[in-house]
Amino acid sequence: MRAFTTLTGVAAPLPKANVDTDQIIPARFLKSISRSGFGKNLFANFRFKEDGSENPDFVLNQEPYRKAEVLIAFENFGCGSSREHAPWALLDFGIRCVIAPDFADIFHNNCFKNGVLPVRLPKDVCAQLMEDAKLGANARITVDLEREVVVRPNGEEIPFKIDPLRRHLMLNGLDDIGQTMQHAPAIDSFEAKQKAAQPWLYA
Amino acid sequence: MSAQKPRTLFDKIWDAHVVETLPDGTALLYIDLHLTHEVTTPQAFDGLRAAGRGIRRPEATLGVIDHNIATDSSRYTGIVDPESALQVATLEKNAAEFGMPLIPLLDERQGIVHVIGPELGRSLPGMTIVCGDSHTSTHGAMGALAFGIGTSEVEHVLATQTLLQKPAKNMRISVDGNLAFGCSGKDIVLAIIGRIGTAGGTGHVIEYAGDAIRALDMAGRMTVCNMTIEGGARAGMVAPDQTTYDYIARTPNGPKGAALARAMEWWKTLPTDAGAHFDTELRLNAHEIAPQVTWGTNPEAVLPITGIVPNPADVTDEAKRAQTQRMVDYMGLTPGQRLTDLKVDVVFIGSCTNSRIEDIRAAAAIAKGRRVADGVRAMVVPGSGLVKKAAEAEGLDRILKEAGFEWREAGCSMCLGMNPDKLTPGQRSASTSNRNFEGRQGPGGRTHLLSPAMAAAAALAGHLADVRDYQPKEAL
Ligand code: SF4
Repeated sequence: MRAFTTLTGVAAPLPKANVDTDQIIPARFLKSISRSGFGKNLFANFRFKEDGSENPDFVLNQEPYRKAEVLIAFENFGCGSSREHAPWALLDFGIRCVIAPDFADIFHNNCFKNGVLPVRLPKDVCAQLMEDAKLGANARITVDLEREVVVRPNGEEIPFKIDPLRRHLMLNGLDDIGQTMQHAPAIDSFEAKQKAAQPWLYA
Repeated sequence: MSAQKPRTLFDKIWDAHVVETLPDGTALLYIDLHLTHEVTTPQAFDGLRAAGRGIRRPEATLGVIDHNIATDSSRYTGIVDPESALQVATLEKNAAEFGMPLIPLLDERQGIVHVIGPELGRSLPGMTIVCGDSHTSTHGAMGALAFGIGTSEVEHVLATQTLLQKPAKNMRISVDGNLAFGCSGKDIVLAIIGRIGTAGGTGHVIEYAGDAIRALDMAGRMTVCNMTIEGGARAGMVAPDQTTYDYIARTPNGPKGAALARAMEWWKTLPTDAGAHFDTELRLNAHEIAPQVTWGTNPEAVLPITGIVPNPADVTDEAKRAQTQRMVDYMGLTPGQRLTDLKVDVVFIGSCTNSRIEDIRAAAAIAKGRRVADGVRAMVVPGSGLVKKAAEAEGLDRILKEAGFEWREAGCSMCLGMNPDKLTPGQRSASTSNRNFEGRQGPGGRTHLLSPAMAAAAALAGHLADVRDYQPKEAL
């Protein structure tokens, strides 16, 4: 996993609540067996018209948001299916950070496993950042995970909080399977105890 | 330990599976059963391969093919879509390479992952169960802690049989009294989501309690737990009771004899202790729930079938008003229109929410001796090969086919628009599945969620209809 330390870039405003994972990447594009290549179908139902041509009204089809690295949205972002293809599609498109008032649990987890940083900020702050984002290329936003601040284009710093363990893994680009493997003896002894107490689970 | 603090069903299962607690409070949680399917696993196996890792407990892992396959007869002659075929072949290859048990596509036990787990007796009370699919919450109906995970977590469980998890909050939703005529588990859960909203359960595990839940059969409980995720909760559960034990005794792979007796001893200690703490509590009266149908593009946009399409102008909150307007437009509705006036093009009875034998019986009871309305395509997709076989043994397939329904092979089918069963743009469906998101059943498709009996009534009427007006003509 690529480490996430700090990022300065264009932020795309997506003023919607309940952006579900079927919107982020519709199921018909989930047939790939690799992790890459999903970016071209990110938000496909919004980005493309029925005939396959671009919908010029959708934010990611407009300059400078075609190169957006941050996405700002409203409540319950990433609800619905558990598909990790959602953060893969964001990442493949180039979006490495999503800012919203809150996130659905599984999507939130999935982001951390892929170096996409989900930042929770109160709704009024998101609305403010959304206004900043509308200023386009002249209004870059900085997301600094080290210091846990979002820096507005006017230099104002907005603090946010990330779970310490996740922050550590993200900052260092660490794979948590390797970490867990270090607990193998504890897992062994758990299994031995469980097998004695609940043998039907091992039948 | 004496005088232990009263605990909830969730607390007890959680405590019994904590391998270690890390300094920041994250638990390394042991996973008893890991179910896998073709869509969310290929990248996880790639990860294992790249790191030179294997599956820690293949016998606690079970694969099945369900999401991307057609539900017509093409599975017998070869999957037509090359990408789907590759995804299926990849799961088969990975299963062979890593020693993971896999139910073959043409096996009679094949079916939707959340149907087959309980049905085979693999999903049991007190277990921790995960799958790379959000509707894993379904298995909570067995009295298990079951939740969906992403592909990286699938890889983590394959390699370590554990997951890193933060404890959840406890919520209890009690549904008291008797369910009214014409209503089912689906109506209960839709009414609950209408109350709490799509994010109402965020951070919680929900335990369903109360007489109306106790009175549900296992299929009804699975429907309720299945849609828990649509309320934003991590998992839904129902404490095991005699209904659960009787169900397990009938499964092919559940514990038998002395093993069952021993398991039951433990299972009986699982129900929530008197006085246990819930962070959030909600009570509903079952008899106040009428047959439900969604009108918008998230499951919270739900009304009794007697309702009318809301008027966005009546919504005071600006963002909500815009959202309501967007839903009305997308769904092709007129404010004030009666829901029963909405003509349907497609009726889909299936999905991990409602494709069990009880669901098919409910639909067949309404359909028997009647005809699907002209111009309506109505399909019934059993949740598994075993459900299909049981339904055929009862003659339900014949009743449904005579009424004009298609009778298909098991799979996810029109639930998600990734296999050939899809809506075309603008088509309106009455669907027993769980998500009515924009484009969920195919780009531009318009989905109304409802119970199997309500779906059957809509098929006969040609429009959304009140099942209470369509009582069975004759006994099944
Ligand atoms: S039936 Fe639908 S919701 Fe259930 S597992 Fe399949 S695609 Fe997912």
